[in-house]
Amino acid sequence: MKNSGSQPASFASEWDWEKGKKTVVASVLPKDPEAWQEELYVSPDGTHMAAVVRLEDDSFTLRVNDGQWEQSFEKAWMPRFAPDGRLTALVMEDDQWTVAVDGTPWEERFDFIWNTMFGGQSQIYASIQSDMQYGMCKEGEPWAELHDNATDFSLSPTGKNSAAVVQVVPLKQADLETFAKGAYTVAVNGTAWEQTFVNAWTPVFNCLGEEQVAAQVRLNEFEYTIAVNGTPWPTTYNCVWAPSFDPLGSAVAAPFRKGGRWGMAVDGAEFWKPTYYQCWNQQWSFDAKKLWAIVAPEYGKFTVACNNTPWNALFPVVTDLVLSPQGTRAAALASHKNEEFRVVVDGVAWNDAWDMAYPPVFSPNGQHVAALVRKKDTMTVFIDNKPVGQTFTKAWQPAFSPDSSSLLLRGVQNGALVRCVLPLNELF
Amino acid sequence: MGIAERKIEDANLLKAVAALTPDKIQQVVRSVTKGEAGARLAVYHETCMRCGMCAEACHFSLSHKGDPTYTPVGKMEQTMWRLLRTDGRVTPDEIYNMAQIAFTECNMCKRCVHFCPVGIDTGYIISLVRRICHLLGVVPMYILDTAHSHSATMNQMWVKEDEWIDSLMWQEDEARDEFPKLRIPLDKEGSDVLYSVIAPEPKFRTQLIYQAAAIMNQAGIDWTMPAGPGWDNSDMCMMTGNLEMMGRLKRAHYEMAQRLRVKRIVMGECGHAFRSVYDTGNRWLGFKDWPVPIVHSVEFFWELLTTGKIKIPQKFQKPVTIHDPCNITRGYGLMEKLREVVHMLCENVVEMTPNREHTICCCAGGGVINCGPPFKGTRVAGNKVKADVLAATGVEYVIAPCHNCHGGLEDIISHYKLGMHTKFIGDLIFELMEKPGAE
Repeated sequence: MKNSGSQPASFASEWDWEKGKKTVVASVLPKDPEAWQEELYVSPDGTHMAAVVRLEDDSFTLRVNDGQWEQSFEKAWMPRFAPDGRLTALVMEDDQWTVAVDGTPWEERFDFIWNTMFGGQSQIYASIQSDMQYGMCKEGEPWAELHDNATDFSLSPTGKNSAAVVQVVPLKQADLETFAKGAYTVAVNGTAWEQTFVNAWTPVFNCLGEEQVAAQVRLNEFEYTIAVNGTPWPTTYNCVWAPSFDPLGSAVAAPFRKGGRWGMAVDGAEFWKPTYYQCWNQQWSFDAKKLWAIVAPEYGKFTVACNNTPWNALFPVVTDLVLSPQGTRAAALASHKNEEFRVVVDGVAWNDAWDMAYPPVFSPNGQHVAALVRKKDTMTVFIDNKPVGQTFTKAWQPAFSPDSSSLLLRGVQNGALVRCVLPLNELF
Repeated sequence: MGIAERKIEDANLLKAVAALTPDKIQQVVRSVTKGEAGARLAVYHETCMRCGMCAEACHFSLSHKGDPTYTPVGKMEQTMWRLLRTDGRVTPDEIYNMAQIAFTECNMCKRCVHFCPVGIDTGYIISLVRRICHLLGVVPMYILDTAHSHSATMNQMWVKEDEWIDSLMWQEDEARDEFPKLRIPLDKEGSDVLYSVIAPEPKFRTQLIYQAAAIMNQAGIDWTMPAGPGWDNSDMCMMTGNLEMMGRLKRAHYEMAQRLRVKRIVMGECGHAFRSVYDTGNRWLGFKDWPVPIVHSVEFFWELLTTGKIKIPQKFQKPVTIHDPCNITRGYGLMEKLREVVHMLCENVVEMTPNREHTICCCAGGGVINCGPPFKGTRVAGNKVKADVLAATGVEYVIAPCHNCHGGLEDIISHYKLGMHTKFIGDLIFELMEKPGAE
């Protein structure tokens, strides 16, 4: 469950927080302008860039800063840095797929691999298919049991456990009868729940990182509810959205639809009356005292509600709800037709509007909010409604130092990858 | 001949009505007519004067001259008006008949709206009948299976996540033989364009993905295709009356675009999918407009051609005609842009009559073709009038920027031996465009 917009503090504490701007790579472009280089990506600490490069036909590798991995592959895509800085990519050799980590492929090979995910302790997961059986693998180790299909992959907050919606009963073409009996369920670390459902979606773990999982389930053609460890709530609805666990215990909240309006249920009981035109993306504060969600109090008008009290400001679209680590403040993005993006903090929109904005980030002490924004071809970062004074042609999410005293910017300036550490006391 | 005399066996319709009781039917009918529908239905019911003007609008009616049961008002009489008159007290067998009418004898093309003196939207009313049928479980087998695929995989063809990505990589490999620098960028954040397709493309018509990639690359578009669920923009749940699942699908589609921070979504040549994002799915989710701009291929191709990003050195020489898909023309007003695009591509364009907002439907849309083989004969017989319209053009090629229209037109072309061929606009652009850098 998402309940904070801050970066993993355990890794950020090891980053270089020395004030100033440093050039990491003099040019992010390839030396040969005709050379093939794609999927530029930057590490969370801003010290490394990666990109997929083609050496020759059917031979690809990863560029890392001004060097490159020694090994090449028939295909390589989706370069991603783990929170601890390891560089991963999905690679193919001899028609078999795996993950390469810092240039070294896992020994285990699969017929296909996709959807790299990282656990809270930087564990590397991916979705896999072997012999038309589906599941997940962790650091190269596949689930002991794979299934006819798997979707909706999910990790526990600690990253120790993984889950997915799996198909456990074969379906023939137009096999309505078997489908109606239930061919789907949730598998936790590969082991499927005993109960099957018509459909299941979005398994989420208990915040404590246990193996307790809740998911949306469809009981028949028309009835939906939430199942926790395979047991459905006794109450059913004509639609539900993804559940979330109370961070201190095992209570589960989920939006539900009744009579054409949306409300919030907790453990199957009505918690917020169904009065909204929409209600989704709920998040608990860390102490479970506040429950936040994106809601539409009027048709076509969205905002954020805390404990069922919506902000006054309404917008055509609201996305990317982020809570402060303390859970007392919230920020979100408002937009209209994917334009005029505004950062809204505690119900008040910042002055400026942008062509695009990225999810806001709270400082660990909850006092500051930063957001990466783009206007035309220029990207910059705003903090607490003010620009930080650096512009980029491309940039990645900013990050606060664990003591909330500095802000890290990562971006491309004049073709170079730079990282800037800005002390907040010099910004205000 | 009434609906009872032309009943067609469908495995799920038979099974589902066998489980119905009059009480259950009435409860569901009331939940829709008194609960979900509201004033709009009541106004239509009160204002329909049974004048029969709509008889001249419907392709089923025009193809079955003299049979009032095929007229829009006749279909209303046999379905919704009867449900309202009886307060939902009808027999399971009547529900079977109503389902057959609603799912297979009306494409919800809305041509009749233009002929109705008071503007009654029969397509909307039929969608309510389908909603009732869905809530009763009385949905034809094939389209219900498609809806199930949507719910399980978020696409209508049971395409698994790896198969989708693999299909894109395969098409990229194929296309690179012709265009060495071609890419199909996956999940490229911040792209100008996110290109989405319907699931039959990776399943049966992968050449359309190849062609789209070639066009995007030649035009120099900053584009991407999604690597995860939400890539299929189609929505048979909208057609079965499963609005909850329709909303779930559209949410996945919009959120995929929002996650990738793209400027807009460009959709392939499909009509119903476009309607599901500009009209129905977005509204069910609570959005007044669309949360992310959606551009149909017709508009996108118009942009590429008028800005010179795609150059056509020589137009297609053989005579062609234009079929206007209901959902993008009557429903969205793209008829003139469609013509401008076709005229930029073709030397000799012969309009079929009627055309534009008065075009006669392909008889496949509205989910009718998705009801499968049992009802193919209904579709073909129900669109003799379109066959006559096509034949009257005297041309060999029909351009139709919609997958379902292709299916429907190809069936009547074959059945009535018209000797014609269908083309997507993308087919023509790929065939005719300048291809610098191609080998």
